[in-house]
Amino acid sequence: MAIYLIVALDVLNGISSLFLLCLGLAIIFGMMKIINLAHGEFIMLGAYATVISANAGVNIWIAMLVVAPLFVGLVGLVIERCLIRFLYGRLVDSMLATWGLSLLIIGIVTTIYGNTQQGVPTPLGGFSIGSYQSSYYTLFLAGMAVVMMAVVYGVMSYTRFGLIARATMQNPAMAATLGVNPARVYMSTFAVGAAITGLAGGLLAPVSGITPGMGGAYVAKAFMTVVGGGAAILSGTMSAASLFGAVNQVGAFFTTPVYGEVLVFTAAIVLIRLLPQGISGRFFKGNL
Amino acid sequence: MTIRFRLVAQAVAVLIAIIAIVLIPSVIELFAMMQLTLFAAMAVLALSLAFIWGFGGILSFGQTAFFGLGGYAYAISAINFQDSTPSILLAIIIPALFAAILGYFIFFGRISDVYLGVITLTVTLILFNCVNSTSGDEYRIGKALLGGFNGMPAVPTFNVPFYPDQILSPEQSWWVTGGTLLGIFLLLRLLLSLPAGRVIVAVRENEVRASLLGYDPRKVKLLTFILSGAIAGLAGALYVNWGAFVGPTIFSLSLSAEIIIWITVGGLGTLLGPIVGCVLIEYIVAYIGSQQALNSNLVLGAVLVVFVLLLPKGLVPTARDLLMRLVPAPKPKAQLADEQLPPAVAASHMAGAE
Repeated sequence: MAIYLIVALDVLNGISSLFLLCLGLAIIFGMMKIINLAHGEFIMLGAYATVISANAGVNIWIAMLVVAPLFVGLVGLVIERCLIRFLYGRLVDSMLATWGLSLLIIGIVTTIYGNTQQGVPTPLGGFSIGSYQSSYYTLFLAGMAVVMMAVVYGVMSYTRFGLIARATMQNPAMAATLGVNPARVYMSTFAVGAAITGLAGGLLAPVSGITPGMGGAYVAKAFMTVVGGGAAILSGTMSAASLFGAVNQVGAFFTTPVYGEVLVFTAAIVLIRLLPQGISGRFFKGNL
Repeated sequence: MTIRFRLVAQAVAVLIAIIAIVLIPSVIELFAMMQLTLFAAMAVLALSLAFIWGFGGILSFGQTAFFGLGGYAYAISAINFQDSTPSILLAIIIPALFAAILGYFIFFGRISDVYLGVITLTVTLILFNCVNSTSGDEYRIGKALLGGFNGMPAVPTFNVPFYPDQILSPEQSWWVTGGTLLGIFLLLRLLLSLPAGRVIVAVRENEVRASLLGYDPRKVKLLTFILSGAIAGLAGALYVNWGAFVGPTIFSLSLSAEIIIWITVGGLGTLLGPIVGCVLIEYIVAYIGSQQALNSNLVLGAVLVVFVLLLPKGLVPTARDLLMRLVPAPKPKAQLADEQLPPAVAASHMAGAE
């Protein structure tokens, strides 16, 4: 009995961390049709911001929930102004440039902090189910995923900013004739996407090894989840994250973590072959 | 007249290249020659992606899948047979077969651009993960121990075909590698000048128009993909021959990224550009590696960003345009003819003109 609970918790953990990891990328891809291959490095920057400020004496919660998103959001803003804004509508070029950017960021961080692993202790304690151990932090991550989903949904559906953002996403030219400046919408969307990614990096900092190259482990998964999810930001990402997160954890439980990952990749390929428009292209058309 | 002039110029260039390949071992030191051998093997890999990306319009993020498969296929069969002759063939055939299966899956499922990128990327990751977890004695194919992330050391290098005891010297290895590079270059150039090559470019330019003219874009793309996979596999065998070693990092994403950087820097849509880009970038990376002052990721990333933003055409096309401007071509007739051609043919014309 206890073992099923633990597996269920693992699945929950896999889904919620995958969702948190992908949300920022999904917002940027869904709104602007830009694939940000520096996504993994935004996660890495968020994790570094958390670890460094926490080790400098900042409260760990503030470091995770405030410092990381603010810092990465600012970085995203600068990058959008200096690089991304020249690349709208050029999908392949944007992928190349952000890939270059990711190498650049890895290089900068390696030069400053060295190629060593950093970390912070996991806050909140653990609890045991039968003879198995788990931590409250897992539950906290799941809670954060729900909160983020609610926040994004609320902002997009009920605020003026959300309305403008959705209008620009649907038809930039029409939005521009109604007095919206698409360039500014894109700029703020990119910064918000970066900030959410930074938050994900901060949240995952206590439970992952932090090195300059850590982003590489995430970017392919996030890329594949977002594309597999399709155009709808929330429902697409959530359904793809649930599918891949569950496949990963269950596969890892029955075989090894390595084959769990292999299973996820295989699932992604099959999914894209069956649903070339992503999950939301078939089932949640027109949803958020 | 211009066509004849171009043919003569190309023949002269090929002759110069052959002479250079033959003479290099007697001119430069052993270390530099070994480095050139590596660059030439990598340049073959660059050509394989340059061909499908620049002329077939298929951006594969996983070209290293075929490169790595070729390397492993060569290593495993070379250890088993102790003869490189069948091993090199296997290093071409196995990646080509893999490309055929994967390509059938992709192109006949009508999967395009971003989705194709995701699939090629994930396939590479799958291979990396699988090979990486094969440490232990139970993972062996015949006499070859796969070795997990430690890779397979002491792989037999090339020998004279059908004479397993006559191992090639470094000079001979260079001749083989450099000669293969030139051979693949000429093969692709020839293919692109044939009607089949025109069809490949036509599919890149406009799939619908090509299929209305009676060509099946899926088949054309699949064949392009298979050819490119075979070339990448051959490059893998050349690479393993250079280092007598193969490890799972051959499948790594950073190598995939590097190929794309070579092509972007050298010039997409040319065959010479990727070779230039490859040698240039690899030389810079090797130089940085020996200096330790700068991080190679930093430099590579900066180079890629700068090229995408400021010089998106790449070095070779830019240099060609500059040359064209220097020599004010008094041939309004030819230009007129170019404009009257449909864009696909004009583009392939441009591509063939480097």
